[in-house]
Amino acid sequence: MEETTLNNNILAKLSDKFGEKVTGVSEPYGLLTFATTKDVIINVLSFLKNDLSFNFLTDITAVHYPGKDHGIAVVYHLHNMVEKVRIRIKVFISEQNPTIPTATTVWKGANWMERETYDLFGVKFEGHPDLRRILNMDDLGVHPMLKQYPLEDPNRVDKKDEFFGR
Amino acid sequence: MNHNHPVFTDNDPQSELVTLNLGPTHPATHGVFQNVLQLDGERIVSGVSTIGYIHRAFEKIAEHRPFYQITPLTDRLNYCSSPINNMGWHMTVEKLLNIQMPKRVDYLRVIIMELSRIADHIICNTIIGQDTGATTTFLYLFQFREHIYEIFEEVCGARLTTNIGRIGGFERDFNDIAFAKIDKFLKEFPKALKEFENLLTRNRIFIDRTAGVAEVTKEAALEYSWTGPLLRATGVDYDVRVSDPYSSYQDFDFEVPVGTSGDIYDRYLVRNEEMWQSLRIIEQALVKLKTEPKGIFHADVPEFYLPPKQEVYNNMEALIYHFKIVMGEIDAPKAEVYHAVEGGNGELGFYLINDGGRTPYRLHFRRPSFVNYQMFAPMSAGMLLSDAIINMSSMNIIAGELDA
Repeated sequence: MEETTLNNNILAKLSDKFGEKVTGVSEPYGLLTFATTKDVIINVLSFLKNDLSFNFLTDITAVHYPGKDHGIAVVYHLHNMVEKVRIRIKVFISEQNPTIPTATTVWKGANWMERETYDLFGVKFEGHPDLRRILNMDDLGVHPMLKQYPLEDPNRVDKKDEFFGR
Repeated sequence: MNHNHPVFTDNDPQSELVTLNLGPTHPATHGVFQNVLQLDGERIVSGVSTIGYIHRAFEKIAEHRPFYQITPLTDRLNYCSSPINNMGWHMTVEKLLNIQMPKRVDYLRVIIMELSRIADHIICNTIIGQDTGATTTFLYLFQFREHIYEIFEEVCGARLTTNIGRIGGFERDFNDIAFAKIDKFLKEFPKALKEFENLLTRNRIFIDRTAGVAEVTKEAALEYSWTGPLLRATGVDYDVRVSDPYSSYQDFDFEVPVGTSGDIYDRYLVRNEEMWQSLRIIEQALVKLKTEPKGIFHADVPEFYLPPKQEVYNNMEALIYHFKIVMGEIDAPKAEVYHAVEGGNGELGFYLINDGGRTPYRLHFRRPSFVNYQMFAPMSAGMLLSDAIINMSSMNIIAGELDA
């Protein structure tokens, strides 16, 4: 109950400031979630950090929804450690041209989280100081967490289903 | 001339920087990761971290496995405290499914998680001792990690990659031997830990090597999203167990130790104190268990909790549930959930998106080692090589958690 009023206050302040840029509001398991656009994401993050004391960047990652207009969702989790509130922000960007401004200007800790997201999903963070692959080798050529890439190489001949009773 | 800031002329052969590959397999890094360091004598000028040597694509694999098969993947994140990862994952799924655990299960979980925390901190603190030249402390306390593993063995049959528990509770109740071993551990470990502290805490050499080395301010730590003992050593009292209690941690009386300067000595002290607090929690949990009804080791949720084998063979409902769970056809809400637990190294988060399929649509691990480690190269600049080594030990970077 208390959580909901807190979330509503945050949402009211966000809507005041960013108006129609705050969309898709939901509250799964008490965690305030909303979507915004990539032109204001850095303003949203700075506003949350400086004015609503979401001082801590918990995580940055992405989700791939193939076949949609804006098929890649970049997901930010922030944390207000004093009031013990978490918040989730999603930015849906186009799969063909996955670019978004970097959050390293707001938190330095975003550096590796964004590199990981770039490595696995190919999201290009504009203005990132060192946007290289981090977990995979440099000449991998693909961004493996995208849904079109199967778990195993379909061309392998040593792993036929019949050998495994499948 | 200050030897810390030597001044060279242009043609001095000593003015050249030396490139040193620290890792990927170097005994001092205690794990598979590489740092390419530019050295000026013994002083590090700059460094570049390369990670990913044991990247196993767990997030991709998790998209192809039903929930219960993801537990063994989490084992291999922070393999020094696998049970915390296992239970963190179970609790994430339970949150998704809105399952309420019986108190007894919560307390049993707390016992196992705190034992793992002790095992994790034993490794880190003894390794700091080892890397500052005190092998005795390492050998001395390490046998107690063995005793903890024996307790895990009694509860789940495995030691390192435990796969402990199930979604919905434990696979079996703790037997008497397990409780006896926990009691024995609670009796013997404090003595050894006290002796370990006597060896290091006021040791002149140890203090000289660690105090004031690799100091980190609160602001920098928060800027780099540090969590766990590293963050607490800088003076921020953030502990997921307190700020966002899970598994009935709110029922326990314990303190969150914080440091002041964030240096290696403070990190050591914070971890040591956390071991004492963990012991306190385990003792309280054992007392609380006495008042709980005996024999309850899982929640009453047959549609999500894997039934015992003899029931599968003799009981039709159990057979159906078994089939559905194994095939990943459980009725989980289409939703997304973020759940965090306090791992050995900090906030271990699970971000799970379920779309109603057999497997998660997306599962992301927020791995504390990965987030903490990115500060290592920037903070090493200007540090002595030998200080950087103990700095790395005190960050307790576990390669499995770093790379996922």
